[in-house]
Amino acid sequence: MDSTNKGYTSINLGHGSGGLMTRELLDSHIFKTFSNPYLDQKHDGAIFNIEGPIAVSTDSFVVSPIFFKGGNIGELAVHGTVNDVAMCGAIPKFITLSFIVEEGLSIADFTTIINSIKSAADKSGVQVITGDTKVVERGKGDKIFINTTGFGAVHPKADIAASNIRSGDKIIVNGHLAQHGMAIMSQREGLEFESTIVSDTTNLNFMVKDLLDAFGSQIHLLRDPTRGGLASILSEIAEDIKKGIQLKETSLPIEKQVAAACEILGLDPLYVANEGVFVAVIDKAIEAEVLALMRKDSKGKFATCVGEVTSEHPGKVVMQSAIGGKRIVSPLIGEQLPRIC
Amino acid sequence: MKYLNEYRNLEATKGYLKLIAQTVTRPWQIMEICGGQTHSLVRNGILELLPEEVQMIHGPGCPVCVTPLQLIDKAVALLEQNVIVCSFGDMVRVPGSSKSLLEAKAIGGDLRILYSPMEAIKIARENPDKEVVFFAVGFETTAPANALSVLHAQKEGLTNYAILVSHVLVPPAMEGILEDKFCNINAFLGAGHVCAIMGMHEYYPLAEKYKIPIVITGFEPLDLVEGIYMSVKQLEEGRYEVENQYARVVKEAGNPEAKKIIDTVFEVGDRAWRGLGVIPNSGYVLKKTYQAYDAEVKFGIQAMTAPENPDCIAGQILKGIKKPHQCSQFGKTCTPANPLGAPMVSSEGACAAYYHYANNLISS
Repeated sequence: MDSTNKGYTSINLGHGSGGLMTRELLDSHIFKTFSNPYLDQKHDGAIFNIEGPIAVSTDSFVVSPIFFKGGNIGELAVHGTVNDVAMCGAIPKFITLSFIVEEGLSIADFTTIINSIKSAADKSGVQVITGDTKVVERGKGDKIFINTTGFGAVHPKADIAASNIRSGDKIIVNGHLAQHGMAIMSQREGLEFESTIVSDTTNLNFMVKDLLDAFGSQIHLLRDPTRGGLASILSEIAEDIKKGIQLKETSLPIEKQVAAACEILGLDPLYVANEGVFVAVIDKAIEAEVLALMRKDSKGKFATCVGEVTSEHPGKVVMQSAIGGKRIVSPLIGEQLPRIC
Repeated sequence: MKYLNEYRNLEATKGYLKLIAQTVTRPWQIMEICGGQTHSLVRNGILELLPEEVQMIHGPGCPVCVTPLQLIDKAVALLEQNVIVCSFGDMVRVPGSSKSLLEAKAIGGDLRILYSPMEAIKIARENPDKEVVFFAVGFETTAPANALSVLHAQKEGLTNYAILVSHVLVPPAMEGILEDKFCNINAFLGAGHVCAIMGMHEYYPLAEKYKIPIVITGFEPLDLVEGIYMSVKQLEEGRYEVENQYARVVKEAGNPEAKKIIDTVFEVGDRAWRGLGVIPNSGYVLKKTYQAYDAEVKFGIQAMTAPENPDCIAGQILKGIKKPHQCSQFGKTCTPANPLGAPMVSSEGACAAYYHYANNLISS
């Protein structure tokens, strides 16, 4: 794809006018890149078939900076929605793609983002079937915001519901925690620090499909702990099911560098965002097999059991600390803010 | 990780807990001064591992918690005057009389959350047509960096930089607590990082005058249980000395270079503490020669005052007279999402620490 647009080097209000400039931008960037039978109809919307029950999820992406170590806002927008659909126990098939662009975004950056979206969609096995592009005045946005909506076919063997969770169920995560949040944090204005921490942004739908193929309804719940981190998701689950969740601090998979960065910034990795991690609440009988299956996948190499569901302390998550004490893990309130000393 | 996992070792911690249990013969109340210590005690579940004779009282050492309400209002007022206000993250959610810094940002204020005042210098350099103020809160620990930012501004000739000072000092606060007629503290865990700057000399006269053990202590679980053990041992043996548990960081003389920078820019003066009122000679103020960098003078906001919420018992919490859950508002009208007073806002505040990590202790 061309990184210029008829001599323009950056997006301006004309590109969102709905007229010829919009048409040219769409033709050169969107239609050419994502060409498929649904999109090529160039309707106001898309018409498609999915057999059986359908899972739908929508998400808006406003990450700053838009380019970060390990990815950019484009692939994040695909992975985020693909993963949300997968967490419903579904096989993602289609996504929609809407941009709100602040005038002044360079065509080169826009092109890089489009290319990342294309590559992430291909790797995730989803097609972009419809979309929208709007341009707002400088200062009315922050470079680029992306909304994606995903549609997937619910896996025939899936029965994902919090009500299926039983005491004794195991809580599995597929990999290291807090990578995405700390990668972003290390590049935020005023907080920059030297690190090689990269975002974990990736699609998880194929690993989820493998799990559902193999274990079906023994997989009781799937969630991806993005904003608010593992702590917030588990607190939500415990409250929903009116059961307790026990965590072991020493079992939490956290890379040394990430742990060190969290210590320096005074952040708790349990509350830091992930973009390539999911939590599976599973029947305790299949723990070993699930871990073995996940560890065969490069995205599940560090899969581990972090805790279990219990009939004790209903509604609360309690973590056993490394030194044998206990503490409540409460949901995140407001934004996690760095401490002074 | 060097100096981290070693100090979170289960067996070593158990060893000290056993020693504490073997040594203690009667009830003792020990106050940890620093909010970082409170946070670690609660987060690691240490409180419930201590024998019931040993009660920890949570002290006033959270800079966010003791920063007076009017200082928040002053920072908000600066944001409303189109000043770029730079702050540590902890301060931004603390409610002022009408709004917090974060709320002031939401309606257009240019607030920057930073880890270091030197970043604020960079912002001042890059925005010569804007005024930039760093919200200089904290104990002796953050004073050197804040003072250094003033020296840098002077050296670079930056006339658009100033600091809003709310620096407080630990020893006068300890004395204030000990002079309170309701004081029931038997020993102190000294604030490790404050002493890393200031050294140990200020604490000898306190230990002597009030016949109270002071053990300068670190922040990791193992530091804390060792510090508690050293305190209990002194109490049981009838000693009242200044001891240094945190010797890997704290030297007898502190950090002379950092102290020199503080002394260049600041002098000791009276300071208001949230919940405790004005304590004489309890904080730093900018020296006359550096008044050009005093945001209160520069923007004419010295006179602003603000009454505290009468339902908040922060003063009693900070003095250790009451525990957070003994407050009738705790967890009801006062929560981290909607705090009445500062100890519920900061992650180092005793109320927030109890709310986040210990409601199992409270409800059982």
